[in-house]
Amino acid sequence: SPPNLEFFCFPSRAQTIMKARLKGAQTGRNLLKKKADALTMRFRQILRKIIETKTLMGEVMREAAFSLAEAKFAAGDFSTTVIQNVNRAQVKVRAKKDNVAGVTLPVFEHYHEGTDSYELTGLARGGEQVAKLKRNYAKAVELLVELASLQTSFVTLDEAIKITNRRVNAIEHVIIPRIERTLSYIITELDEREREEFYRLKKIQEKKKALKLKNEKEMEERLKKIDLLFE
Amino acid sequence: MAGRGKLIAVIGDEDTCTGFLLGGVGELNKNRKPNFLVVEKDTSITEIEETFKSFLARDDIGIILINQFIAEMIRHAIDAHMLSIPAVLEIPSKEHPYDASKDSILRRAKGMFSAEDFR
Repeated sequence: SPPNLEFFCFPSRAQTIMKARLKGAQTGRNLLKKKADALTMRFRQILRKIIETKTLMGEVMREAAFSLAEAKFAAGDFSTTVIQNVNRAQVKVRAKKDNVAGVTLPVFEHYHEGTDSYELTGLARGGEQVAKLKRNYAKAVELLVELASLQTSFVTLDEAIKITNRRVNAIEHVIIPRIERTLSYIITELDEREREEFYRLKKIQEKKKALKLKNEKEMEERLKKIDLLFE
Repeated sequence: MAGRGKLIAVIGDEDTCTGFLLGGVGELNKNRKPNFLVVEKDTSITEIEETFKSFLARDDIGIILINQFIAEMIRHAIDAHMLSIPAVLEIPSKEHPYDASKDSILRRAKGMFSAEDFR
């Protein structure tokens, strides 16, 4: 007896449903593949940019460090004063959202606010070096904010790509084979039922033929008997 | 605090911190807690790790700058940080120039680029 599966009251309808599902799964898999490809492309772009920017950052930081040494030489050691006089940050960042192939990437945008807490530093001596130092570090900060954006995008994309690939694999190796197996089972069932029907029909035809032959023979016998009577 | 504005935190040696503070990133929050840590020769690794974790826990810090040689000390804590925000950036210090092979972020994409890209 056929297994008790939900679709087997109407196997031909089940076949249609399964075919539609298979098509759906394949379309889904292709779309996801495209998404994974788009994300991977962007990922590689970002990685290249990160490498570029990090190298640049190394240079910018070196220059900034030099200007710090110069300023210290000119203005004396102002480190303690600077550290003690922290109050409000002048440079902050905002998180904005960027979108790539349906994945939202966090992006940093830096902005300035308020006045320079260190306007008076270096007023006594070394003012020019301190000003140059401030500019260099401000430049470094801008570059670093950009780098941070690239990094967050990188990390987010990495995760997104892993998830998408996992889904593609799941569809390809689990869902589609499952549907295909069910589909082929349905088709075999249909075939078998058709064969059963065919067999039954044939049997019935044979029986009918046999019955007809029997009847004809009987009629013939009776007719012969009647003939004999009339001789 | 500005609505969506986030701070740039710094964990570095004295020169690094001084430089960035002059760049304008330093701030004390309501509890007079700073968004930077000056790491000296006698600063314990526990203290560095605690500060790093506290920065991660604060929701007003968007970026954490950390000298690479300090990042090496708390490498496990940095590798464990999977979120994209706050972003952790490793920067070189005067004595320790930037070494790409140690950077947490770039190690995630290990196979995807070669040393030549850094020339």
